[in-house]
Order: sequence, then structure tokens, then C-alpha cells
Amino acid sequence: METKKKFDFTKLLAPAVLLLLYAFFSIFGTNFFSTDYIINILDGSYYIGFMAIGVTFVIITGGIDLSLGTTMMCAALIGGYAFNSWHWPMGFALAFAVVVATLIGLLNGILVAYLKLPPFIATLGTQMMGMGFGAIVTKVQTMRYPTFGTAEGFFKNFFYKTTSGFPVGVLWLAGFFIIGMILLNGTRFGRYTFALGSNREAARLSGIKTKPWLAAVYTFSGFCCGLAAIFYAAVYTSIIPSTGNGQETLAIAGVVIGGTSMSGGTGTLMGTLIGVFVMSVLKQGLMSMGLQSHWQTFFTGAVVIGAVLLDQYRLKRGNQIS
Amino acid sequence: MSDMLLQMQGIHKRFPGVHALNDVSLEVRAGEVHALVGENGAGKSTLMKVLNGIYKKDAGTIHYKGSEVEIDGPLQARKLGIGMIHQELNLMPHLTVAENIFIGKEPKKMGPFLDKARANAEAETLLKSLKLDIPPTTIVKNLTVAKQQMVEIVKALSYESELLVMDEPTAALTESEVVELFRFINQLRDSGHGIIYITHRLDELWQITDRITVMRDGQYVGTVNTDETNKDEIISMMVGRVIYEEPKQKNNVAADAPVVLEVKNLVAHNAKDISFKLRKGEILGFAGLMGAGRTETMRALFGADPITAGEVYLDGKKIEIKSPSDAVKYGLGYLSEDRKAFGLATGLSVQDNCVMADIPTYSKGFFMDEKKISRVAGEYVEKINIRTPSVSQLVKRLSGGNQQKIVVAKWLVRNCNILIFDEPTRGIDVGAKSEIYKLMNQLAEQGKSIIMISSELPELLRMSDRIIVMCEGCITGELDIAEASQKNIMTYATMRM
Repeated sequence: METKKKFDFTKLLAPAVLLLLYAFFSIFGTNFFSTDYIINILDGSYYIGFMAIGVTFVIITGGIDLSLGTTMMCAALIGGYAFNSWHWPMGFALAFAVVVATLIGLLNGILVAYLKLPPFIATLGTQMMGMGFGAIVTKVQTMRYPTFGTAEGFFKNFFYKTTSGFPVGVLWLAGFFIIGMILLNGTRFGRYTFALGSNREAARLSGIKTKPWLAAVYTFSGFCCGLAAIFYAAVYTSIIPSTGNGQETLAIAGVVIGGTSMSGGTGTLMGTLIGVFVMSVLKQGLMSMGLQSHWQTFFTGAVVIGAVLLDQYRLKRGNQIS
Repeated sequence: MSDMLLQMQGIHKRFPGVHALNDVSLEVRAGEVHALVGENGAGKSTLMKVLNGIYKKDAGTIHYKGSEVEIDGPLQARKLGIGMIHQELNLMPHLTVAENIFIGKEPKKMGPFLDKARANAEAETLLKSLKLDIPPTTIVKNLTVAKQQMVEIVKALSYESELLVMDEPTAALTESEVVELFRFINQLRDSGHGIIYITHRLDELWQITDRITVMRDGQYVGTVNTDETNKDEIISMMVGRVIYEEPKQKNNVAADAPVVLEVKNLVAHNAKDISFKLRKGEILGFAGLMGAGRTETMRALFGADPITAGEVYLDGKKIEIKSPSDAVKYGLGYLSEDRKAFGLATGLSVQDNCVMADIPTYSKGFFMDEKKISRVAGEYVEKINIRTPSVSQLVKRLSGGNQQKIVVAKWLVRNCNILIFDEPTRGIDVGAKSEIYKLMNQLAEQGKSIIMISSELPELLRMSDRIIVMCEGCITGELDIAEASQKNIMTYATMRM
């Protein structure tokens, strides 16, 4: 039976929230409505954006990856250690960071797809393991990446800001978003991601090898955390051991605000992109109001709850139509 | 009659597109075991759900102990004294017998604290009064299934129930446990309880019941005294004289047609030593009652569930099917009885579902070939008449019949030679049904081989060239279509090995 196509106003919600937040902070924040702050917002969104791209795939399969934040930090720490203590060239050190994160993602994939652990538990475990592992390897030292102008500081110009001050990171993020969209909507990998989340059993009974594909999704999420690590290092320079947990909520909240359902099967990367900026605007906006990081933490939590409530509402409505 | 416990009269219940109960009546006296029998889908469960207040009746009256009642829900049914014992037990296996009996109405002392001693004592009194030798402190999971069944009954009785509904209580019991349960049921009858006894095992009727009410296709067929009837009469009441589909007259497959699939001594969960052959162009029907093991057999064959033992031959060559992807590789397709759970990704589009089993063919390397996908989906939408506004429509917005056709399309796109249809027409309307039948006949004519599981006998008789009958995990009979009838299928289907 065909039902009349009604315009789904919930689709407009994420952009509306983004604009409202921006307007709110422009009025109440100090100097928020300025190019400086826009650049701050962009800078703060690179690493969240890369994590969010990967976890969008995971959430579309109906899973979750809680290890994003510590995987990113672990990779950044180990990359920094390779650079500082093993004196690897910068390029190799960064590539190594991506490899480390991808391996953590693969571990998540094996735990979830082959050993059938609930994704929540598996990635909660690897979250702790990643956090500990980074600290163990670096012997609990803060890892410093080179700053602008130093010999190996070129990587900051390359990934973060050109010498003329252009925020080049936004191009990388935009480029990778486009790659992500092609991957999600135009390839077998993306099609299987949707199939796994929409009805895993039907996919299996259609002859799709669900285990390797599901593991691949988690591995991809790890790979994205590795990319996030590069941008985190480029923007923030110092990587402190035993941090990173909590960062995943920013990415996951961004994904959910962007309309990807926690129960799997639906989602868009365009939504995720908007969701990431919502989180980033929120973070920078609270700062512009002079509120400290504990306020950010508080509001991030509230936004996550709000986003999941919205998701449930959407699901209920979606089911009524069918 | 003064000892009439329950009178349901002229009950009607309609669901969208289905008249599930059409003028059904049922009377139960105090001190009587009253059997309710009928094929799957005859309306027994629906009638019981009306009695339990889960479904609201559209018309009709219910009298309980002489006065008319409106039952809004299970709680109220329980308050009236109607106890339900479901097929799946609702006990908590890690709690004791007493704790299970008093769950939700635990005796308390000093305000909120549980009075375990009193619970145990009261449970013991209750169990003793029913001459049951079960200590109230036993952990339920340590009891046999029959004893658990009795605890469930005691739990219902603890609400002072006078009318008990038992839905296939012997389904999970061994022979000796059945005897034990029957002794208990007899005792309940002697103490004046009325019991509605639903079963598929017709032989049991003469061991335990006083009267039998037969239902068919949502209608009341009749009530007879058990000692004045026999199994043949009950079976013909169940299947009826009316055959609304012309049965197939003869086997359309030549006796020497090549065997495409042979299964030898397959053992899996609820499938014991299954052997059969499937010929090219044949529609092989699988008959049996619910739980006969037909779906389990096919799922194991398809690699969806593990096989314990057995061999499978495809075109005479031995093959190993360890997963559905192996089965698909060998050209098997499986249309599940529950298309929403196992057949379709309803949140995805028509075209995505159509190519679900054959994505590598419809991609260029790693990339999806959207043009090719929408072309093939469009082709099958037209060919098998799927009514959808476009191939990008989400499957969940289509009707059941159209959804079923998309599952068929999925396997046709994959070009499977052997198709397993598990209840292909369940939950779809008459028009869509005959289109599915037509499609199946066309496929058979094209040389594809079909295994069809169905619980609807007229459907099996209309479609199959040959029918295999299963009961409790075993093959109990094989009939050529020329010799098959509803009666002899039912005889095999209720035969315990």
C-alpha cells in the first residue's frame, strides 16, 4: 500500500538546531559572531568529524563504537612516541598512528562479528585497553608534536593551517566526507552496511558473508580514528596519556543528531556532518560564554540524551507510517 | 444448565482482510475436559485470546458462571477465575516453586519484607491439596518439564481459577510425563474445574477429554462427545468437505526426471534422519503440523542452522553447505515463513532488496552499478507484477503480498535453480495468493525445482506433485499427488513415530 509522501520535518531538525545554537551564542557569547570563532569551530571539528564518519557506518549496522576517543588518543600517543623516541620521520610516524588505530578497529570487529560480543561491551573494553595501552607504550609521558616553523612542523601546515593562515583542515575533512559518502552510497561496502543494520538475518540468508563485512565496518571506524589522531595532533600539539574517553560521545552525538538511527538501518553522512558542527558550535559557544569544560561535559550529555529521545520519537513515527 | 462454567456464543472477530472468528461458540461445563481442535489457522488461538481479553470481540457474548461478562484483559480474566497455561512456560527457572507460585502476590510481614516461611507453607498446602509431591523450595529449573507444567497449573490455580486453558500442554513432554500430567488433569476435573484443552495430537483426545469442539477456517464446526466419535470423524470435521481450491490431478514430473537435490539422513535440531529427493521441475510439498520440523529441516539444509549429520547431493555430486552463502553459491534460495524477520530488509528500497542475494553481479568491482540494479529490479517488478510506485520505494511501505513477491524476486534475480518456499502465502490476501501460485507453476515449468512448506492442506494439494509429511522431526509419509488427500495427510501428520 502506498502512503502519501509527507515531508519529514525531522530532517530539518539538525540544520535548525545548528542555526539556532549559532544564533544563540552569537547573541550571548563574547565575540562569538566573528571569523576567529568560525575558525575555532572548524578547528575543533576536524577530529570529531573523522571519528563521526567512521562511527556513522558502525551505527548504521545497529552497533556502537565507544572506543573512538581513546583509540584516537592511543594512536596519537604512539605516533608521537615513534617520532620522539624512535626518531621516525613525521610521515611514517603518522602512518603508524593510523595503522595502530586500524588494528584496534579490527580487534573491535573480531570481538563483535566473530566472538559475538555485544558492541557496547566489546568497545567499552577496548576503550579502556586503548587508553591503558597508549600510556604503557609512552611510559605515561606527554607526547609533543612539533610546532609551526620547526623542521618537522610542516605537517601542521599540511593538515591544519597553511602559512598564510588558511584552515586547510576543512578541505581534508570535506574531502574525506565525500569519500565517505561515495563509500556509503555507492559501494558494496556501504550497501552491506545498510543491509546488516536493516536486517542482519535476512542479509545472512541472502548469502552475504555477514561476519567479515561487519568486522570491516569496525575496522573502518578504527581507521577513521587514526585519521582523527593526525588532525588532533596537528591542532592540539600535546597528547596527554590516559585521556580521550568522552571524546567519542561528541562524535556519536553528532551522528545521532544528524538523523542516523541508533537501531540501525538508516543514516546519512550529510546529517553527520551537520551534527558534528552542532557539537563543535556547542563546545566553542559555551567557551565563548566563559563556561568551563565541566559545563561542556554537562551540556554534551544533555544533548546526547535529547538526540536519542528524538531518535526514538522518529522510530515510533516511522513505524506508524508502515 | 446449572453446572455450565463458560458459554461463548456467536463470537466474531475481524482483522483487516481476515474474518478470523465467524460465529464461533464454545461451552465448557464444570468438571469437564473440553478439547478444542482444528488445523493451524483455524482460529483456536484467536478464540482463546478473546477469552483472555487480549483481543476484543467484534460481536457475541461470553457468559461465565451464569452471568454475562466483558473481558478487557488477562488481569480481568484471571480475576474472574480463568487461568491460561501457555505452550511456552512462564516460569522463572532460577526461583523456587513457591516463589514462582506467589510471584506478584508474595506474602509479606512487617511491612515490605517477604514472608518466605508463609509462602512456602501456603505453597505446600496448595501442592498437597492437589496431591503433588513437589517440595515448594525446589528451584524450578531442576524439575522435569512435566513437573514445571504442573507448577504452572498450580500457579494458575492459586488465583482460584475454576476454568483452565491449556495450550498443547503435552507438546514438550515424553510419553511417561504425559501420563503423569493426565493423572493430574483428571484430578482437577474431579475437583470440579473446567478445562479447555488445545492439542494437535488427536490420539490424546480419547485418553483425557470428555467433549470435543472442532473449528475450521475461523468457524465453529461442531461439538461432539468424545466417547461417541472416532479419529476419522474428527479429521473430516477438521478438514471439512469444502475444498475451495481444485487439487492437482496428477504428478507433472516424469518419473525419470533428473534428481537435482538429494538429502540423505539429515539430522539437525528437530529433524531426525531426513532423506528425500527433489526432481527437476518438481514442486515437492512438505506437510505437517506446527513444530513438525519442516522449517528446521530446510533451514539446516540451507546452512542457516547447523547440521549434525547427513549428506546433500546436488546433481549427483556431494556438496557441503555450511552457511547460507554456500547454499546460495550452489543455487539454492530460501523464502522464509517470516519474511519480515528473515526475508527482507524492510527499511531498504525495493531495488536494494531485489539484488540482496546477488550484489557482486550488480556491482562494478567495489562500486554498486545503480543503473543495472534499477534495470533488473524494474524488470522483475513488471514480470511478477509487484505493485510499487517505484523501485526506490521502501519495502515497508508495501503490502504483504507485494513484499512476498520481492522475496521471490530476490531469488529469481540470483537465478536459483532450487527454491525453498516456506509458507509462501502466509498473511497475504487471496488475489496475491493466486499470483504466487501462478508464479510457482511457471517456475516449475521453466525447470526450476521447488520445495514448498505449507500448513494449508488445500494449498499443498493444489500445488504439489508429491507431498512429504512430517511429524515431530521425522518423515512419516510420502504421497504422490494422485493418492494424496487431506485425510491421509492428516493421518500421517498426527502419527507419532
